[in-house]
Amino acid sequence: MHFSGFRVLAEGLRGGSGWRPFWRKAAPAAEYDAIVIGGGGHGLATAYYLAREHRLARIAVLEKGWVGSGNIGRNTTIVRATYMIPGNQEFYSASLKMWETLAQELNFNLMYSPRGLLMLFHSDGQRDAFARRGNAMLVQGDDAQLLDREGLRALVPYLDFEQTRFPLHGALLHPRGGTVRHDAVAWAYARAADARGVDIIENCEVTGFDITGGKVTGVQTSRGAIRAGRVGMVAAGRSGELAARAGLRLPIESHILQAFVTEGLKPFIHHVISYGMGHFYISQSDKGGLVFGGDIDFYPSYAQRGNLPMAEHVMEAAMTLMPAIGRARVLRSWGGIMDMTPDGSPIIDRTPVEGLYLDAGWNYGGFKATPASGLCMAHLMATDAPHPLARRYRLDRFATGALIDEEGTGATHHLH
Amino acid sequence: MNGIDPGQPIRFHFDGRAVQGFAGDTVASALLRAGQRLVARSFKYHRPRGVVSLGSDEPSALVTLGRGAAQTPNQRATMVEIHEGLEVFSQNAWPSLARDLQAVNDLAAPFLGAGFYYKTFLWPRRAWFRLYEPIIRRAAGLGALSGLPDRGQDEKAFAFCDLLVIGAGPAGLMAALTAARAGADVILADEGAVMGGRLLYETEDLGGMPATAWVAAALAELAGWPNVRLMPRTTVTGVYDHGTFAALERLPAGSPQRPRECFWRIVATRAVLATGAGERMIAFPGNDRPGVMLAGAVRGYLNRFGVLAGRRVVVFAANDDAHRTARDLAGAGAAVVVVDPRPEAVALGDYPLRAGSEVVATRGRAALSSVALRDAGGRVEWIAADCLAVSGGWNPTLQLACHLGAKPHWDEAVGGFLMAPDAVPGMAFAGAVAGVFSTRAALSAGIRAGAEAARALGLAPIDPDLPAASDAAGAMRLVWQVAAPGRAFVDLANDVTVKDLVLAAAEGMGAPEHAKRYTTQGMAPDQGRGSNTTALAVLADATASALAAGGTTTARPPFVPVSISAMGAGGAGRGFAPVRVTPAHAAALARGAVMIEAGPWLRASHFLRLGESGWAESCAREVAYVRHAVAVADVSSLSRFDIQGPDAAEFLQRICTNTITTLKPGHARYTLLLREDGQVMEDGPLVHLEPGRFWLYTSSGSGEAVRRHLELAAQGYWPDLRLRIFDATENWAQFAIAGPRARELLAQTLDSLPDLAFMGAAPVSAGGARGWLMRISYSGELGYELVLPARYGDAAFRALCDAAEALGGGAYGLEAMNVLRIEKGFLTHAEIDGRVSAEDLGLGRMLRASGGHIGAEMAARPAFAEAGRKQLVGLRPLAKAMPIAAGGHLFAQGAVLAPENDLGHVTSACDSPTLGHALALALLRDGRGRHGETLRLWDGLRGTDQLVEVTAPTAYDPEGGRARG
Amino acid sequence: MRLICPLCGARDRREFTWVGAAELLPRPAPGGDLVAWLHLRENPAGPLDELWLHSAGCGALLRARRDTRSHATAGLVLAGGAR
Repeated sequence: MHFSGFRVLAEGLRGGSGWRPFWRKAAPAAEYDAIVIGGGGHGLATAYYLAREHRLARIAVLEKGWVGSGNIGRNTTIVRATYMIPGNQEFYSASLKMWETLAQELNFNLMYSPRGLLMLFHSDGQRDAFARRGNAMLVQGDDAQLLDREGLRALVPYLDFEQTRFPLHGALLHPRGGTVRHDAVAWAYARAADARGVDIIENCEVTGFDITGGKVTGVQTSRGAIRAGRVGMVAAGRSGELAARAGLRLPIESHILQAFVTEGLKPFIHHVISYGMGHFYISQSDKGGLVFGGDIDFYPSYAQRGNLPMAEHVMEAAMTLMPAIGRARVLRSWGGIMDMTPDGSPIIDRTPVEGLYLDAGWNYGGFKATPASGLCMAHLMATDAPHPLARRYRLDRFATGALIDEEGTGATHHLH
Repeated sequence: MNGIDPGQPIRFHFDGRAVQGFAGDTVASALLRAGQRLVARSFKYHRPRGVVSLGSDEPSALVTLGRGAAQTPNQRATMVEIHEGLEVFSQNAWPSLARDLQAVNDLAAPFLGAGFYYKTFLWPRRAWFRLYEPIIRRAAGLGALSGLPDRGQDEKAFAFCDLLVIGAGPAGLMAALTAARAGADVILADEGAVMGGRLLYETEDLGGMPATAWVAAALAELAGWPNVRLMPRTTVTGVYDHGTFAALERLPAGSPQRPRECFWRIVATRAVLATGAGERMIAFPGNDRPGVMLAGAVRGYLNRFGVLAGRRVVVFAANDDAHRTARDLAGAGAAVVVVDPRPEAVALGDYPLRAGSEVVATRGRAALSSVALRDAGGRVEWIAADCLAVSGGWNPTLQLACHLGAKPHWDEAVGGFLMAPDAVPGMAFAGAVAGVFSTRAALSAGIRAGAEAARALGLAPIDPDLPAASDAAGAMRLVWQVAAPGRAFVDLANDVTVKDLVLAAAEGMGAPEHAKRYTTQGMAPDQGRGSNTTALAVLADATASALAAGGTTTARPPFVPVSISAMGAGGAGRGFAPVRVTPAHAAALARGAVMIEAGPWLRASHFLRLGESGWAESCAREVAYVRHAVAVADVSSLSRFDIQGPDAAEFLQRICTNTITTLKPGHARYTLLLREDGQVMEDGPLVHLEPGRFWLYTSSGSGEAVRRHLELAAQGYWPDLRLRIFDATENWAQFAIAGPRARELLAQTLDSLPDLAFMGAAPVSAGGARGWLMRISYSGELGYELVLPARYGDAAFRALCDAAEALGGGAYGLEAMNVLRIEKGFLTHAEIDGRVSAEDLGLGRMLRASGGHIGAEMAARPAFAEAGRKQLVGLRPLAKAMPIAAGGHLFAQGAVLAPENDLGHVTSACDSPTLGHALALALLRDGRGRHGETLRLWDGLRGTDQLVEVTAPTAYDPEGGRARG
Repeated sequence: MRLICPLCGARDRREFTWVGAAELLPRPAPGGDLVAWLHLRENPAGPLDELWLHSAGCGALLRARRDTRSHATAGLVLAGGAR
C-alpha cells in the first residue's frame, strides 16, 4: 500500500477501513538465506538492504520482543555528521546523506528535520578543538560554521549569556544536523523490508547458535530451530549476551544512558543544542516536548533505567545554560543500554565463526548511524567483505592498535 | 463542606476575569463553583474541555500560572491552591478560549487519525522541514514558556528515615501510626495540601466520628511524635535503587523567603506504598465535553468544597461506589439520574435509576447540555444534563511500584492491575493500591504494613485498635467502552480515541508498546494514569486477545511532572560547578589579572596594565619579561600527587615510562605516563623530595583521571607494594619564576638560595614559610618553581611579583605561558589529545628500553609503528605577517581538499613576540620526515588559506642552553 | 543508589567512582594476553564483579558484586585485601 496525502484523504472519507498492517506477523520458516538477529533500526535496515541491494530471497529478522523495542525507541533522535576521525568521518557523512532521502525511499514520513546542531564552546581551547572538527567536516563535504558569541546570541538569545561560570564563547553550527522521528524509522524499515518479502518474526529470542566445523548453520530460538548459513548479530544493548551464546567475548561493556522529555510546550527551542561544559543536549520534538539527555550513569546496567545523580546533573546543566526552560516540567525519563567499546567506535565485521557477522558497539552513535549501518552490514553479510564505508570498523583493531578514538579517552569503555 | 473556609474569601483571575474562591479551594473547585465549565482546549483537536478529576491525574484542565519569568505552563487546575492575586490563564487557544480558531482541526478529524502524519507530507522532499513541520509545531504543544530566564528559588534536600509512607489516606495513616508508635523514624508524604486522601471527600463516619475529624486526630498524634515528619504537598515522584526516593514538595505561595518547590532525595530502609486508586472514564461518544467528570470527583467537590458540579446530573457507572455520588448529590438538592448498565443495579437513595442502560452520546458546545441514554432494547432517549458523572472503575495507583522494573498483572476480580506483594524489595502495598477498596480493609492493611515494617526494622510494634469503619467494597462490573457511533475518547489528554486504537490494531500496531508509540496513548502530561488500562482493554477487544495476556506499557519516573528548576535547583548561573581558585587568586586580581576558566579552575590569563589595549599586548610584555628579565606565574592548579612509602619508587617505575629507580632524592625528572592502551596520558615533572617521598605533577584538572589510574594500580594491581597516594594539589601554592634574572629574584626572596643544578630540588624557607624549590622550566629560560604551604600563597605571590618588578619583570599569565611553551615546542593537552603515542610526540627517548611500565605492551601494537602516523612538528608562515589559528588542516600544495589528502592539523598557535612571526605546533602525517617542506594550511571555517613551512617543534633555543645555564 | 563501604558504611553513589569490571584484577603478568584483558568483557546481564573507588570518602578501592539487571548489590570488600 502506497502512502500519500491522497490516500489519507480517501481513507478519511471511507472511515479508514482500507488501512492494512505495516508488516505481516510472520512465523519462522525452517530455513533462510540470511538471518538478522535484532528487530531494531539497524537490524531492520540490514534486512531491507539485503533484500534491496543484494536481492537475497529468503531473509528473516528475529526479534526477541517487539519491533523497535530497543534503542531505536530510546534515544534523543539526533542525526548529525560531526565526526573527524577517518573511519567515522566518511561513515556518518554517508549516513546523514541517506537520512535526507530516506522518508521518500521508504514511503514513510520520518520527519527528518535539519534544524541545525549547535555545539557550544566555552574556552579558546575548546574553540580550537571545534575548529579542527569543523574543518574536518568541511573537508568531508559536510557543512559547518564557526559562530562567535554574538553569532550564537543571534540564533539562541535565550541562553544565559550573563552566566559567568563557563561563559559562552561561541558554537560550531552544523546546519544539516537535526532530528528524525525515532520509532518511525523502525516501522518504516520493517514495512519496506516486509514489502520485499522479509519475514519479520517478533517474540522470537535466539537462544543458541548451530556451529559446525567453525561455520554457522543456523540458530536455536524460542520458536524452534532455524537454518541459515549467514547470520548477523544486530542486537545493540544485548550484543555481549548474544555473542556469548556463540562462544564469543566482545570488547563491549553495557552502560545505561538516560534521556528525558518534558510536557508539551509551544515551540521554543528551534535547534539541537549541546553544552560544552557538562553533560547536556536538547531539542524540542514536533509534539512540543523538550527532549534532552546527558551522559551514561557510569556503571554497567541492563535495567533500562537510571539513577538520580546523572539526572540531577543534567537538570543543573539545563539551568545554568538555559534558565528559560526552568519552568518546563520533566514528564518522563528512560534509559537505553549502550554498547560501549574501548575506542568509542562501532564494529561491523566478520567474527571468528564463518558466516556469523557482528554489528555492535554503537556507544552513543547508534541512532544516527541506522541507515549506513544497515547498508554496510547487508553488504558484509551478502559478500563476506566489508563495505568501503565500514572498512575500519574491524573487530581486530584492538589487537592491531588501529583505533578510531573520537573522544581520545582511551581503552576505558565507559569513558567515551 | 469541610475543606474550605467561607470566612476567608480569596480573589484570583482566570483569563483576566476575577473569580471568587475561599481559603482551601483549588483553581478547579473555585472555577466550578463560579460556573466556569470551559477551562482548556484539547491537545490535538482543540476541543473544549473542563475539569474531569480531583487530583494530579487530571487529563484536561491544564492551565498556565503567572506571567513574566514566573509563567508556568501545564499546571493541573485540580492541584493548584488559590491565593490572593493568583493569575491563571487558559492555554493552547487562540485568539481566546471561547473562540479558538484551531478548533478547525476538529472538523478535519476524520483525516487526522492516529499516525496520519507518517503517511503524508512526503513531497516535495524539503517541504516537510520548510512548510509542514513549522505548522505542525505551532499547532502542537500545550502551554508556552515565557522565554525569560527563571530565577525562582527552588531547592534540593536530602532526608533519611526508617520508613517512608507514601500516601496519607486510611492505609497510609494507619501504617505511619503503627510504625511511629513502635519507635520507627517515619516520613509520611502525601501530594495533597491536606492529608487524609479519599477520607476527605466522603460523608461516612470513621471511628464513630466524621472521617475528617478522625483524620485530624490521627494527624495530631503523628505531629506529636518526634520521630515522625509529615510532608504534605509532597509527591513521591520516583523510586530508585537501594531505598532512594525522589519527591517534589510544593511550598505554599505567598511567603517570599521560601522556595517555590523543593526536590527531595529521601533514603528509606522500608517503604509502604499507600497511593490508593484512580477512577477511570468510560469510552463513549462525547465523553470529553466540559461537564463530563469522574463520579468520585463530583462527589468530592460537593463534600469537600461545597461545589455542586451540576444541577441536573446524570451518573453513568456500573459500580456501587458511583451510587454514593448520586446519593450525596441528591441529598444536596441536585436532580440526579443514574444510568447503570447492570440490569440488577439497585438504587442507594431517592433518585431515578435506569438499570441496564448506557450513555451513547452527549451534546453541548462549550459545556454539556444533554445526554443520550440507550436502554437494553436499543431505545435512545435524550435528557437534559449539565453534568455527567462517570465511573469506569478504579485503577490502583501503582506507577511508583513499577519504577524499578516490576511488572503488574491483571486481576479480573479487582478490575485493575496489581503488583505481587514482594515485587519491590523493601516496599509493601497497603489499601486500594493493592486492590482493597473498603475503608475498613484499607485501615487494616495499613496496620499490617506498618507493623511489618517496624518488625523488619527490629522494633516491636503493638497493633493499634482498628477504628469502626465501613467495609463495603461495592460491587462492580467492568465496562470499558460503549458501542455507538461517534468519537469516544480514551486518552483525553492526548485526544486518543477508540477509533485510533482500533486503527493501530488494524495496522498491526496493536501491541501495547506499539499502540502507545503510534497513537501517543498515555504520553500526555498525565502519562495515561486514567486511560492506559482502558486503552489496553480496547486493544484487547480489537485484537481479540485477553487483557491479562497483553501486559502493560512501562510506568517511568517521574510519577508527576517535575520542573527542571526544582530538579536542577542550585545549578543556575555560577552554581553549576564549584569554582576552584588558587591561594594567590586575590593577589593576582590586585595586580590586574584577567581570569579565565581552565577546567574547574580560574587562572590568570594575563595581567592588564593601564594603557594596554587587550590581552595580546599584555601577553607580549609578559613574554618579554621571561625572555629578558624575570617573571612570576601562579601554577598552583597543577595536579600534585604526594606518593610516599618504601615501595614508592618501585611503584612509580611501573607507572612512568622512564627510569625512576635511579632518581635520587633532591632531584626531579621530566616523566611520561601512558594509559593502559599505550597512548600518552600525562607528562610532567616527578620530584624525589626525600627518601621514599615523591611528588608527581600532572596537568591542571587531570587529578580525577590520574587518581583513578594510580589507585587502581596501587590498590588493585599491586596491593603488596607499600605506599600511599595523596592528592596534595590544594595543600600547596606553587609559583614559576622564570627568566635570566630568576636567581637574583630568589636570592632576594628566600632565606637562602640553594645552589641547584637543572632538575634539582631542595627544601627552602622564606620568612617563616618552609617549602621546596625545584629548578625546572616550562619556558625554556632559567626557571624555578617555588612550593610553599597554601596559606603563604597570597603573601608569596605579592612578594615575588614586587621583587620581579624591581628587576624589570612582573607577573605572567596563561597566555604568555602558552606562547613561551609553543616557542619551545613543549606540550599541553592540545597535543596530548588522547590519540598520540610517545613516538608521535617525539618523546621516544623517554621510553626505557626494558619496558615493564603501564602501556608498554599496548604501545608495541603494529599500528603504532605504521607509516602515516601523525607526528609533532612546528610550523611557521611563509608570509611572515600571516597569523595562524589552531584547528586548520594541512595539505600538500596542489592536493584536492579531500579526507584522503588531509595530512594533519594545527594543535596550538600563537604570535611569537620573541621571533616576530606566527608559530604553530601541528600533528602531521610522517611529520618528522617533512621538516623543510612547504604545505598548504587550510582553515575553511575561518576562511584562511596559506602556505606554511614545516619545522622542528622547537623554534627557540633548540639546544636548551638557556634553561640549563 | 547506595553502596556500603566496609570502612565508612552506607553512602550515596555520588561518593564513588566506578573503576571497571573486576576482570581488571589481576593484571596479567608480562607476556600475558593484555589485549584480551584490556578490551574484552564478560559483560553479564546478571551478577557482575566490579571495582569502585570511594573517591569522595576513604579512598579505598572496593570490589562489589552487583546484578546489572536489578542493581541489587552484595556487600563491598577491599579490592586489595586488608592492609
